[in-house]
Amino acid sequence: MTQPVSKNSILAGMTGRALVIAGLVVIVAACLPMVLSSYQVGLATEVLIFGVLAMSIDILAGFAGRTSLGHGAIFGVSTYVVVYATGQAGLSLWTGFALGVLAATAVASVFALLAVRTSGVYFLLLTLALGMIVWGVCLRWTQVTGGENGMRADVRPAILMSHSAFYWAVLTGAVIVSFAMWRFVRSPFGLTLRGIRDSESRMRSLGYNVPLHLFIGFTVSGIFAGVAGGLYAMFNNFVSPSTVALAQSVEGVLMMIAGGVGTLFGAFVGAAAIIVLENIVSSYTERWLMVLGITFVLIMIFAPEGIIGKLRAITSRKAR
Amino acid sequence: MSEPILTLSDVTVAFDALKAVDGVSLTVPRGQRRAIIGPNGAGKTTLFNAIAGAHPPTSGKIRFNGHDVSRLPPHRRAQLGISRTFQITNLFPTLSVQDNMMLALRGLKPKKFSLFGSPDPDDNEAVRIAAALNAARIAGRAEIIVKEMSYGEQRQLEIAIALVTTPTMLLLDEPAAGLSPSERSMIAEVIRSLDPAITVILIEHDMDLALGLVDYVTCMFEGRVLVEEPPEGIRRNAKVREVYLGKPRHA
Repeated sequence: MTQPVSKNSILAGMTGRALVIAGLVVIVAACLPMVLSSYQVGLATEVLIFGVLAMSIDILAGFAGRTSLGHGAIFGVSTYVVVYATGQAGLSLWTGFALGVLAATAVASVFALLAVRTSGVYFLLLTLALGMIVWGVCLRWTQVTGGENGMRADVRPAILMSHSAFYWAVLTGAVIVSFAMWRFVRSPFGLTLRGIRDSESRMRSLGYNVPLHLFIGFTVSGIFAGVAGGLYAMFNNFVSPSTVALAQSVEGVLMMIAGGVGTLFGAFVGAAAIIVLENIVSSYTERWLMVLGITFVLIMIFAPEGIIGKLRAITSRKAR
Repeated sequence: MSEPILTLSDVTVAFDALKAVDGVSLTVPRGQRRAIIGPNGAGKTTLFNAIAGAHPPTSGKIRFNGHDVSRLPPHRRAQLGISRTFQITNLFPTLSVQDNMMLALRGLKPKKFSLFGSPDPDDNEAVRIAAALNAARIAGRAEIIVKEMSYGEQRQLEIAIALVTTPTMLLLDEPAAGLSPSERSMIAEVIRSLDPAITVILIEHDMDLALGLVDYVTCMFEGRVLVEEPPEGIRRNAKVREVYLGKPRHA
């Protein structure tokens, strides 16, 4: 049995083994640009960004039991604001990034206000509808968003122009944000979200204001989705309505499911699986969506708990 | 004599035309063990809900420990020291016993809003959780996931959860419902060894179990108080027999 590293440190509760694994993964990830082509480094950057998005969805789906189909829109709002602020408005990247995250948080809190009193399929549909509204606004408000043509801006500063430099910057960001999310779901507040997932009625009788907790949880998850959206603006230097479209939300949810709902870090594995598959398969056949679909069916049949969930189940069975 | 901890005066709980509890007046002295018995539909659980706040009374007054609590919401009553268990087990099945206890303990504390705080209990919390688990005889089970426990242990955890907030009054709604005889005697043992300072009111269908645990019994029938007596009297009371078994018929 592994012992917690130390009771009161910032890593409280992380077992020694988990710490070693996390450290190794980060080191390997940091070494990737040395062995990959610049095209592949671009893909790896994308994996990190979408991993953060999928993780932010997992905060709600895996820990509060609420699957959101509106997170692509929250993510995309941040992308729009960052591109607009640094391009059209001529602000600095830092200001633009902060405004982007702020806008995503604001949109998330509005979504949350409307959605926290629902659960199950109603929550799914409500967040889907709210996301569609954001998409409609981005499509129609042409003076600001550029409509269907989208907007272009040189968001990325000169120092991050090379693929590797930008990858390392995103990796640093992803590590910090992942750590924050890990702390968040394990915090006393995160425990209340898991309590709500298990029994709302019991939570109420214990004196918890369930909608308030879901509101805070949704809003915080929106902050993280906003960070991912900001990074995506830097990655793409371009934004169009497809960034806030339903397909974006669905992709985030699928990545989370492929990695494993409630595993948090599984989001990166799911993002890697889907992005790599998309890019490799699409170079061989135009019917790559079909291959993606079949892969999903196989995951659902043989590993409904996701890739990381399955691995965990296997290792814990071996440990017994 | 000190003021009784709980006084109900003329409490009525109506659901439209149906009076589930109809003009009940009740006085429970501090530290008493009281059973509320009665056939199905007598209004026992509704009365509990009125006391704990889930269904505030339609009319009448409830005084608890010097406060008028008639109109307070459940969490305010919990803050004043009223704690309850549920007839149907309602726990957090995928969480550990420890996390269940932590949620129970923090429901009324600002710490529940600590967004990035440490997951571990502080020293004070650890002591209170250990004490409650000990009182419910499930010490040493803290790391178990609740859905992997036996039903009997889950009922014990229900009691531990109610105890961890150190209540002054404990309402137990059929604590032994659905348990095997050996599990029942375990629950009885847990209730018997509770801190005598805690006032305990329990609803129980198993007469032998209930009467062996309490100082005083209130028998309800059709929303009203039928008889109030110590357990020895209740066993022989003709009215109580009648509501449970029906009127004796003579040929």
